Amino acid sequence: MAEYKWPPAEKRSLIGKRIPRIDGPAKSSGRAKYTYDLNRPGMLHAKLAFSPYAHAKVTGIDTSVAEKMSGVKAVQIIFPVGTEVHWAGQEIVAVAAETEEQARDAARAVRIQYDVMAHMVSDVPPDRAGANIVNSGEVKEGDPAKAFQEADIVHEGYYGNTQVVHCCLEPHGQVAEWQGDKLTVWASTQNVSGIGGEFAKSLTAKGIPVDVANVVIICQMMGGGFGAKFAADPWGVACAQLAKTTGRPVKLMLERDQELMEAGSRPTLYARVKIAGKKDGTLTAWQSDAWGTSGPQAQSPLNLPYLFRFPNRIANFTAVLTNTGPTRAWRAPNAPQQCYVTMCPFDDLAAKVPMDPVEMYRKNFPILGPRVKEYAEQLTIASGLMDWKSKWHPRGDTRPGSIKRGVGVALHTWGGGGRSSTCQVRINPDGSVEVSLGSQDLGTGNRTVIGIVAAETLGLPLEMVHVNIGDSRYPPSGSSGGSTTVGSVSSSTRVTATDALNQLFAKLAPVLGVTADRLEATDSRVQVINDSSKGLDWKQACAKLGGTSIIATNQMSRDIISAGVGGVQMAEVSVDIETGVIRVDKMVAVQDCGLVINMTTAESQVYGALIFGINYSLYEEKIMDQQTGRHLNPNMEFYKLAGMNDIGELVVHMMTGPGYDERGPIGLGEPPTVSPGPALSNAVANAIGVRVPELPMTPDRVLAALGKA
Amino acid sequence: MENFEYAHPAKLKDAIAMLGANWSDAAVLAGGTDLLSLMKDYVEKPKRVVNVKGIGELEGIHTGKQGIMIGALVSVEELRTNSSIAKDFPSLVQAAAGIASAQIRTMGTVAGDLCQRPRCWYFRNGFGLLAQDADGKSLVPGGENKYHAILGNDGPAYFVSPSSLAPALIALGANGTITGPSGSREIPLANFFLIPKSASEREHALKPNEILTRITIPAASQGLHNATYEIRQREMLDWPLATASVSFRLDGSTIRSPRIILGHVAPIPWSATAAETLIAGHSLSEELSEQVGEAAVRGARPLSQNKFKVQLARVAVKRALLAALIQGA
Repeated sequence: MAEYKWPPAEKRSLIGKRIPRIDGPAKSSGRAKYTYDLNRPGMLHAKLAFSPYAHAKVTGIDTSVAEKMSGVKAVQIIFPVGTEVHWAGQEIVAVAAETEEQARDAARAVRIQYDVMAHMVSDVPPDRAGANIVNSGEVKEGDPAKAFQEADIVHEGYYGNTQVVHCCLEPHGQVAEWQGDKLTVWASTQNVSGIGGEFAKSLTAKGIPVDVANVVIICQMMGGGFGAKFAADPWGVACAQLAKTTGRPVKLMLERDQELMEAGSRPTLYARVKIAGKKDGTLTAWQSDAWGTSGPQAQSPLNLPYLFRFPNRIANFTAVLTNTGPTRAWRAPNAPQQCYVTMCPFDDLAAKVPMDPVEMYRKNFPILGPRVKEYAEQLTIASGLMDWKSKWHPRGDTRPGSIKRGVGVALHTWGGGGRSSTCQVRINPDGSVEVSLGSQDLGTGNRTVIGIVAAETLGLPLEMVHVNIGDSRYPPSGSSGGSTTVGSVSSSTRVTATDALNQLFAKLAPVLGVTADRLEATDSRVQVINDSSKGLDWKQACAKLGGTSIIATNQMSRDIISAGVGGVQMAEVSVDIETGVIRVDKMVAVQDCGLVINMTTAESQVYGALIFGINYSLYEEKIMDQQTGRHLNPNMEFYKLAGMNDIGELVVHMMTGPGYDERGPIGLGEPPTVSPGPALSNAVANAIGVRVPELPMTPDRVLAALGKA
Repeated sequence: MENFEYAHPAKLKDAIAMLGANWSDAAVLAGGTDLLSLMKDYVEKPKRVVNVKGIGELEGIHTGKQGIMIGALVSVEELRTNSSIAKDFPSLVQAAAGIASAQIRTMGTVAGDLCQRPRCWYFRNGFGLLAQDADGKSLVPGGENKYHAILGNDGPAYFVSPSSLAPALIALGANGTITGPSGSREIPLANFFLIPKSASEREHALKPNEILTRITIPAASQGLHNATYEIRQREMLDWPLATASVSFRLDGSTIRSPRIILGHVAPIPWSATAAETLIAGHSLSEELSEQVGEAAVRGARPLSQNKFKVQLARVAVKRALLAALIQGA
């Protein structure tokens, strides 16, 4: 059995370096085809008819008018008469027609009758939610009552995260095409190897028997998923049904309004928090009454506080059931909300002590969980990059003028780890190398990461390795969720490329007159270790294979990856206290992710996460109207995202070297999304002297906190 | 969008003849930055779309004795970069620059900015200009109203006038020329905007078969100072939360003929006459500008979620006045 390990720092020629993504030219030149760009010969377009009511029972569906309209080829009822609709925007019927416009017109001509039922789309506290609540009970540790009584300093406050959505720039959707009993689905999905089974099961249940072996899922390029794209989805199954009915390929992509109304949102989290500590900043007690909605289903209880292990704690969580729409995993599910309602009260207590929050984090390392060694280093580095010591001031910028500046800090952890992943490496007699696995690149740089690991292992330049992903016909690899992709695919690729190389060494050992264990592959050569004069160019070496390629297939190994990362973020803001408008001046993110495979795309993940964080902290908010039950801003006009000039200076520092590298690669998509909310909110509090309790910190909320609105 | 008949006349006369007696008969297409999205959202469903982009007589910025004449088809970008306008009317340049999208400034026209429909999200979601439920009750007062009107909001209209250019043009005393089947009429632009009292009325003085063809700004008088201050949340393209455009003549240090027009706070560009009275004949100080800002919002009646806009309007007036004082003509 081969031994698998990562090369030591001095032997790495690609791993950890700054390497442009291999699909960058295709993407930046527009040659890359996303699902939305695909047009198959003879393809029909499908559009959805959806419920305008937030809560209703479907009592009648009349598709007769739609069916007779020009260009219409098929109508598919997704949710039949009798279905209870739980949010406005829920899809009921899909219509396929020759053109998008015909399909849209026909979808509008579908007559759906409803029994309208009472709805609740206001994000209200449990005491105003009537019977629509699920309380998960109280969690108690230590003696919180006594601890609060004995505390030197106690702070009480309210903190809230309103509803945001994923807002993938490429909406959900797919093109479905049948050839006989074989189905191909080009889908915008985080789960290339996984959703085929879901299509097979759903279609079979709907009277179209299809074996999972006959379903092919393809996703070569993707415009973001963020946790919302793991499933086949009802509209995906309907698309395949329409393709079957019509015998033609069908494309069904959600339109922007549908994407924002029903393709996933983040659960809300609000909390009344009481936090206590000693004069020296040592935390002693926590109390929280928290609630939130995840739509019509009760969300699982959210543990509070985040990260800190208080000796005395009492926490209560109530899920509020609403008709706001379905929630889906949202980049580090729940952690940004939990971090926000923890790190903000922490910061408020620090202001009350008063104490520099950086010092107070250090003071509380004993209760800050397993990553304090990383935090200790990261706080120092972040403080340097932010010039924290000179910028931090006690709460409230006292300098004259309407623009107040402040800095804030927060820290976070995340798991990562790996999911099952199988890789195939093929070394061909002409020297070409193919690496294949049923993984997907959501835009993170996964394709490049796989190429780097294979090329490093085989001692080749990156361009010598051809990476095949995004197709379920390749060996299965886990879905991209929970920051597990890089851990999974780097491991399976390293293991399998090592196996393939060992097979090549075995063939070449007799040729070079040494045993296989004395060979190495480096600088596009296979040679004897410590004797580079005895060796062959890679192409010459592969030519010795004769007519047979080496094909190695193996699984990821958990021995060369791990889980658990830490990160510290700091934010600097300017707040106009007359207008409530916040400008982000600078953000610093110091992050670890074990062994960095590609510094460029790792940093890009963190930049993206900071921008994500600025968006949910300042701009994004799903506005629901209780009177009509409707989502009022399912568009990019009032569902606001930052533009380039709204982002400020972003500084990313990745932790590398001893203490980090030996843990192996750990996924990075989610952790840096966790801290921006509290870091920015704490910076605003530091600037203006008061807490803006809810995200996003819109001008109305800032002015209200200042007593000016 | 619904199907429609498309017309592309070369003459204004022909374009007007193609319009109808009712709003649903025809819509005028120029830059299309608003109309197309309204049609895609099925808010506007015109039977005919009359593209006026090929009508040469609606183009160009001309300087004459009466002042500057701006054709309806002049793009916002053309306006923003015109040197005569930059010299005399910085408030207009600032208002145009507030439309922070080069694409929209390039495609969008001056008349289109003035005639665009309100952004009220109830209106845009199909609840009508007055955002009424099935019983004719407005959804705004008891609903999501943080972007709605704080002035002129006695009902039934609660939307805000979306035009970026109108407050600046009105503050500069501009007139609008309206052309219909029986010829042209010129009215003060301040009278172009109306608060509809019923669902059948529109937010401006056009009849369905008329086109806003020209804007005329009187020549700048000696000592004219003017400025626009916009408050919006994002640097990128974002609707203003409140704006103020001011103009006045400085006689030594004395303010003469002040005009103060608020944008995005009322169903029409809002003329702050009490504030104008307060400042006329005085010299401007920071303290006075604050009092003027206060006077400008004195009659404001915020809805349940938009008290903050009172503060924003107050600040916009103060900052516009102070900006005008230093940048001047």
